[in-house]
Amino acid sequence: MTASSHDVVVVGAGIVGAACALECARRGMRVTVLDRDVIGGGSTAAGMGHIVVMDDSPAQFALTQYSRQLWNELRDDLPAEVEFERSGTIWVAADEEEMEEVRRKHSYYTSRGVNAEIVNSAELAILEPNLRRGLAGGLLVPDDGVLYPPCAASFLIERAKAQGVAIHLGKAVQQIGRGRVRLSDGREISASVVVNATGAWAPELTPGLEIRRRKGHLVITDRYPGFVRHQLVELGYLKSAHSISSDSVAFNVQPRKTGQVLIGSSRQYGAESAEVEAEITAKMLQRAQYYMPGLAQLSAIRAWAGFRPATPDKLPLIGPAPEDPATYIAAGHEGLGITTSLATGRLIADQLTGADSSIPIGPYLPSRVAQEPSHV
Amino acid sequence: MSEQITLTVNGIQVSVPRGTTVAVAVLLAGAICRHSVTDEPRAPLCGMGVCYECRVKIDDVSHCRGCQTLCEHGMNVRTDD
Amino acid sequence: MTSAGREQFDVIVVGAGPAGIAAATRAAECGARVAVVDDNPALGGQIWRGGAEKAEDMQAREWMNRFQKVGPRLFPGTRVIGQQQSGMLLAEERDVPRTLRYRTLILATGARERFLPFPGWTLPNVMGAGGLQALVKSGLPIHEKRVVVAGSGPLLLAVAAYLRRHGAEIPLICEQTSWTRLAGFGFSLISHPGKIAQGLKLKLGLGFVPFAANCWPLAAQGFDRLESVLVSRNGEKQEIACDYLACGFHLVPNNELAALLGCELRGGFVAVDDFLRTSVPAVYCAGELTGIGGVELAVVEGEIAGLAAAGDESAARALFGNHRKLQKFVSSLARAFAPREELKSLSSPETIVCRCEDVTFARMGGHASSRAAKLHTRCGMGPCQGRVCGPAMEFLFSWEAASVRPPVFPARVASLSGMETELEVESDRTTGGTR
Repeated sequence: MTASSHDVVVVGAGIVGAACALECARRGMRVTVLDRDVIGGGSTAAGMGHIVVMDDSPAQFALTQYSRQLWNELRDDLPAEVEFERSGTIWVAADEEEMEEVRRKHSYYTSRGVNAEIVNSAELAILEPNLRRGLAGGLLVPDDGVLYPPCAASFLIERAKAQGVAIHLGKAVQQIGRGRVRLSDGREISASVVVNATGAWAPELTPGLEIRRRKGHLVITDRYPGFVRHQLVELGYLKSAHSISSDSVAFNVQPRKTGQVLIGSSRQYGAESAEVEAEITAKMLQRAQYYMPGLAQLSAIRAWAGFRPATPDKLPLIGPAPEDPATYIAAGHEGLGITTSLATGRLIADQLTGADSSIPIGPYLPSRVAQEPSHV
Repeated sequence: MSEQITLTVNGIQVSVPRGTTVAVAVLLAGAICRHSVTDEPRAPLCGMGVCYECRVKIDDVSHCRGCQTLCEHGMNVRTDD
Repeated sequence: MTSAGREQFDVIVVGAGPAGIAAATRAAECGARVAVVDDNPALGGQIWRGGAEKAEDMQAREWMNRFQKVGPRLFPGTRVIGQQQSGMLLAEERDVPRTLRYRTLILATGARERFLPFPGWTLPNVMGAGGLQALVKSGLPIHEKRVVVAGSGPLLLAVAAYLRRHGAEIPLICEQTSWTRLAGFGFSLISHPGKIAQGLKLKLGLGFVPFAANCWPLAAQGFDRLESVLVSRNGEKQEIACDYLACGFHLVPNNELAALLGCELRGGFVAVDDFLRTSVPAVYCAGELTGIGGVELAVVEGEIAGLAAAGDESAARALFGNHRKLQKFVSSLARAFAPREELKSLSSPETIVCRCEDVTFARMGGHASSRAAKLHTRCGMGPCQGRVCGPAMEFLFSWEAASVRPPVFPARVASLSGMETELEVESDRTTGGTR
């Protein structure tokens, strides 16, 4: 790590930092990655690992669609330990009202080139026999997938290393700005651009960023191959999980390639410790069993909690920091960082090289949030 | 002579003295408890409920520790289901 | 106190081995309302496994009879999986969830064997030394079986003697430590005459069973189950045909519940004061969890913790002298039976270290910490939650232990869902676990 030999220093070796480093190196930049801990040890390790298209907003849809396509292109290169599986997502509708949402979502997706099929109550029961009877149906999005995020981040880092990227783990960064990085051990590195890819911790290095930690819990079971076949998400998720202020839980389960069932999800603001909380875990599991009663008897082997880096408009910050053109932000991906990491890498590299992006970048620029602090 | 308990392991009847654990009944039936994720045969290691190598299906519940469960009349034990 | 069907105990003891039995008995004798929760089907823990009827040891029988006389509530086959909130444990009896309320908690969760990987150690019939003993106590016939007993620690002799009494043939006991260290250990025993007597008794039971120091397993061999063991004996290789290999490298504490409750640990053991109070208010700790020191130390610690938890500090204080004397045994045991460096190189690259996820030595070795290895290889992420591979990794790679995540043991999803039934009084289950 000698001074000013870097075009780009990426702080954070989570999946977003890894994707940024890889993409910048591919464009010929000299890149170094720093992380205070291990590869993929922060929110990357805590998350579910879904590759999913979502449409809370047109910009979210554009980013997730683009990034999912990048993952699907990469699919054949992913080593076994990434555990990538094109499991598909089923958005589960509990009642007729939610079936309305299924139909809206179906037309939104299909008119924009995303495969989706409406399934009725009987078809849903065949696709997922362990869901409770009497659900109204759902929307199957067959090209969504799941993967194991820490190994996916490692895979991207390995590719980046093959492109000449240097990586230094166990190096805590104390301060960044104006093309300089100060490590906790007192050393300084300079670079043309410093990318803050520290996710939920990004405001510690770039004060004023509108990123808050939104705590989430997950529970994983022992191996029950075939118990769940698709990623399942309740459509009530739209109502419960996305309410900005209060704690909430939603039914969201995933089949892992190992045969394990990953059970989520919960959302809390204001929780500082990543300690597992018995009460919200219980609520989350109750919700899951309400949709999937058979879960009750499965053996749960581990529960954990982590933080999503949440922004007020639920879109990530990808681009130059409002007051420092030498600092780029690649953070604030909330619960979609695994899906949108690859697109984030592209959009950062596009901006640094002046290339045209595949999707308009305006909605993700950090300056948008600085202008209108928060809308509820 | 202590009371004998009759149960089935993979459909085969086994009789054991009361107080025998399921892990032992499985071994007496000539079975092993499970195959590992890379398909190695596995049998009990710790004997005290810690290692989870003796996981079997008991009366349709998967992943039960054989070494911590006492045999009961009519119990249906299956390995590797 | 019973209110609206809910029950509260003054003292809950987790673990019904020697420390737990002594703790519960002493606390109950002081008039406290006591419950004992244990994962095993009967009273006794590992060393006194099987309850009073099966006990072959006077001390065990005496304590178990005394326990039954004061009648603390025993919940056998019940494992504690976490803490719902302060003062309320969440437990599972088979797959039925229970909550147990306490004013004071005594952790007496004991120890388990340290397992170290070597080629073939995952073959069926390679077991822990205590592991095989436990299975024999649980009904496994051992008569006329050939059992190589290997690893480290006083447990090897106890197990060999037990197996021999039950008709096994023991071709060799392999103790990895050196004669020098063993002699040093014997020397330090002079201040503990009781231990010497115990050692002699064991020796008598063992007759002419060959015992080798500087001896450890190199490989377990066989196709789909064990057929022979290759050992290193004073630098020479020796192959021994056998039916079982009973192999454990001394003991490590079952500290997961203590860690999850936030008790301060030192070197993996729970830090306690003279009254065996942990760093967490109202949580005491007794037995092997505070240091591996054997049954006598465990019993006196149980007594102290039980008395202190029930409020009789002066009676507890009266035991301090004996406690301090027995405690000296902890460090001499640790010194004598510390695994030697050579054991770090037993594994081949393809030897499995994490048996739940089948993670090999080679895959783990490239990582910088247990957390990195865990995240990127899944080692320690299976149902044993790292109880087997964790201590092995700490030894092999000098890594710190990975943090403990709830539940303490795998538990049914329903049990973690707050749908628990509060404890109900069932008269046929009050004591003894002898049904």
